[in-house]
Amino acid sequence: MAGTVLTVTSGKGGVGKTTTTANLAVALARGGKKVICIDGDIGLRNLDVVLGLENRIVYDLVDIVEGRCRLRQAMIRDKRLPELYLIPAAQTRDKNAVSPSDMVRLAEELRAEFDWILIDSPAGIERGFRNAIAPADTAVVVTNPEVSAVRDADRIIGLIEAEEKGPARLIINRLNPNLVKRGDMLSADDVVELLAIELIGIVPEDENVVVSTNKGQPVAMDGKTRAGEAYNNIARRLCGEKVPFMNLDEKEGIFHKLSRMMRPGGD
Amino acid sequence: MAGWLDWLTGQKPSSAGQAKDRLKLVLINDRTDLSPAQLEEMKNELLAVISRYVPIDPAGVNISMSQDGREHRLLADIPLKASARKR
Repeated sequence: MAGTVLTVTSGKGGVGKTTTTANLAVALARGGKKVICIDGDIGLRNLDVVLGLENRIVYDLVDIVEGRCRLRQAMIRDKRLPELYLIPAAQTRDKNAVSPSDMVRLAEELRAEFDWILIDSPAGIERGFRNAIAPADTAVVVTNPEVSAVRDADRIIGLIEAEEKGPARLIINRLNPNLVKRGDMLSADDVVELLAIELIGIVPEDENVVVSTNKGQPVAMDGKTRAGEAYNNIARRLCGEKVPFMNLDEKEGIFHKLSRMMRPGGD
Repeated sequence: MAGWLDWLTGQKPSSAGQAKDRLKLVLINDRTDLSPAQLEEMKNELLAVISRYVPIDPAGVNISMSQDGREHRLLADIPLKASARKR
């Protein structure tokens, strides 16, 4: 078995890289894959809390690299799923504690054992990004339908191509269908046209993501929410399945519709 | 193009449309590492060089950037002056 190394990156911070990594890892594991995710954000780790595994950290990525523990000792197994593991980042070090070749070596070891190795890249285009992209077989770029996020995504897409890890695929996160309909948010088509890369998923803005992050239970754990469904669809596309993009308009419930009819001028 | 339509219908242009138009220009600058001022300068130099060899019609000159996927192409449409045709 030779697993695939997938790096999740974005350029800009705060667009949902860590949420995406956590949910894709969960969704792939739900699909029966053996998955490990690595938090590449040394000094600002968060993948552990988003996954709800923060209380189980003993060793971290830097401990592995500096030989203070064996690889297996730093792997935290998520008991909610059969085969999902996390390697957390160190919190008290900086990005220079790890080099791109360390990451390549680590990924080589993990490839033999896992179907998917997901790397959560930190924001920015410096060392942390270089570390995260070095071992990648493929990359997904996460963006929001918003000018600064799209611009930074374009920059990172160029850098991924320059590193010969392209073509990256695109996830548009936090799309608000009502704002798009009103003409006040870039549509998925607009973003794809601007960035000119393949779209692999659209995740609608969904309050459930906030709730689930509060609890440390990624929405993808069940496919019952809009965002959870979207992440599970992306995971299936990553595995080569053809899954149609979901209709983001049908969401409007009867109450919403009624209240809109009562209120002239729309919502 | 949509501008006069917006004006006719009394609608303000959508903010998403503005975002897209602004991004188009920003991305060209970012990808080519060429600022609008540099582009203008290049255009002027280009015209100066060409007109040293053959008279051109400055009013009809159109130099633009076209996008094909993530590749960019500089398109120059430079009409020559009719009087330039000597036998």
